[in-house]
Amino acid sequence: MAIKLPIYMDYHATTPVDPRVVETMLPYFHDKFGNAASRNHSFGWTAEEAVENARAQIARLINATPKEIIFTSGATESNNLALKGAAEMYREKGNHIITQVIEHKAVLDTCKRLEKYGYEVTYLPVAKDGRIDLDDLRRAITNKTILISIMYANNEIGVLQPIQEIGKIAKEKGILFHTDGVQALGKVPVDVQRDNIDMISLTAHKLYGPKGCGALYVRRRNPRVQLSAQIDGGGHERGMRSGTLNVPGIVGFGKAAELCQNEMAEESVRLRGLRDRLKDGLFAKLDEVYINGSMTHRLPHNINISFAFVEGESLLMGINDVAVSSGSACTSATLEPSYVLKALGVGEDLAHTSIRFGLGRFNTQEEVDYVTNRVVEVVQRLRELSPLYEMAKEGIDLSKMNWKATAEH
Amino acid sequence: MAYSDKVVDHYEHPRNVGSLPKDDPNVGTGLVGAPECGDVMRLQMKINPETQIIEEAKFKTFGCGSAIASSSLATEWVKGKTVDEALAISNTDIVRELSLPPVKIHCSVLAEDAIKAAIEDWKKKKEAVQPAANATAAD
Repeated sequence: MAIKLPIYMDYHATTPVDPRVVETMLPYFHDKFGNAASRNHSFGWTAEEAVENARAQIARLINATPKEIIFTSGATESNNLALKGAAEMYREKGNHIITQVIEHKAVLDTCKRLEKYGYEVTYLPVAKDGRIDLDDLRRAITNKTILISIMYANNEIGVLQPIQEIGKIAKEKGILFHTDGVQALGKVPVDVQRDNIDMISLTAHKLYGPKGCGALYVRRRNPRVQLSAQIDGGGHERGMRSGTLNVPGIVGFGKAAELCQNEMAEESVRLRGLRDRLKDGLFAKLDEVYINGSMTHRLPHNINISFAFVEGESLLMGINDVAVSSGSACTSATLEPSYVLKALGVGEDLAHTSIRFGLGRFNTQEEVDYVTNRVVEVVQRLRELSPLYEMAKEGIDLSKMNWKATAEH
Repeated sequence: MAYSDKVVDHYEHPRNVGSLPKDDPNVGTGLVGAPECGDVMRLQMKINPETQIIEEAKFKTFGCGSAIASSSLATEWVKGKTVDEALAISNTDIVRELSLPPVKIHCSVLAEDAIKAAIEDWKKKKEAVQPAANATAAD
């Protein structure tokens, strides 16, 4: 079979909408266009029924009840609602929040804002494998701690946090536990009961659903979590999030969740196989390549590799028929290399050479082999061009060099 | 980010990649940048001590496409020029030739620095060699 170019291997950024999801959504744009909040005609009832069906599909995927699902515009909004909503609601109880340094910006920047409002935030460090130390977490808890927010899986390195243990600690101490579950949902089994999760942020577009549609699971029993609404209006979603529901998006989200539920077990095995094939292929043909983050506690479809002595953006330029992303500064707006890799203790020199591969539902073995060959070819070519590779091969210790950087850096 | 055609051309067909013997008294080596900053350029040129003409130039660069293109272009430009002419090359000339966007201007600065550093190295070597050469002549 001929390979169609370009190849998409950036499934952590977003995913295409599964054709089966699109098909389910279509009637809700035109024939069944009703407002789910219209209580007195069939258009409204039809829309409401579809929303409730989707709510149940999503709840099932995380072992929750449908009423605990609050629809939002996406996970950024869900993270904002969880953190700001809980901080505001439980202000009397305390003002301390615990999170970690490699969270997504939607959590980190929300925490920064809460700090401006007088809250105190502890940012736990991570070890070389990308995971927090549970003893650090225990030590960080005070009698003012109201919320722990630790992501399920990281978006750059795919590392899974010890969620079950964190949930247990939070439960013992009577502290709410929120997790950003965006990268994990539909990829690994998420269970809010098993993991003692009180809130989890979700989004449709990372699991083959549409963009602009997310949710926040908010526990109703044991304990009953209350949140201050951050968007006021008609009192939709149990008063926690006003605004007319995005019915087609929600229908798509529900269908996407159902497909993941049915196919996850099989698909994760297939993706792990493809991911390992990619990793093994690259390691067999290249020296001086390094994996960033734990290989044991990791999403099955993620690999993040540093190709020493080859700058990430130049590598992306060489493999321009493959869509992946880089931790190199040159590809970000800030000109700083990835803060996630930095937190792992990856040197800035290596952070500049890192590439994130995110495999997904529509990748094939042929594509993996094509990408492996392209990456090997371009890395070899760029190393021929790299003074650092030559120096390293001559046995020069690059870390001991007196580098003359320009003033601009 | 879209790259200009000239950047792509230099990236895909870099001119004058390689090394010159760095212990040769007529070879000047400029190594600028830092791995932590994401770019390191090494520019080498072989300069005729009589005519001051740059007869050969080679580079190797660790960096983004624009950094590779800037150094590749620099080797093209310095070849055949005198030392003084090469010293007159400014980063803005490189920016213009390659249509570099503002975030990539530092690549051109680095290339200019590399030219200057290589010539500086050559001059230093020449000064060090001069007395020795005289001593040999006296024998």
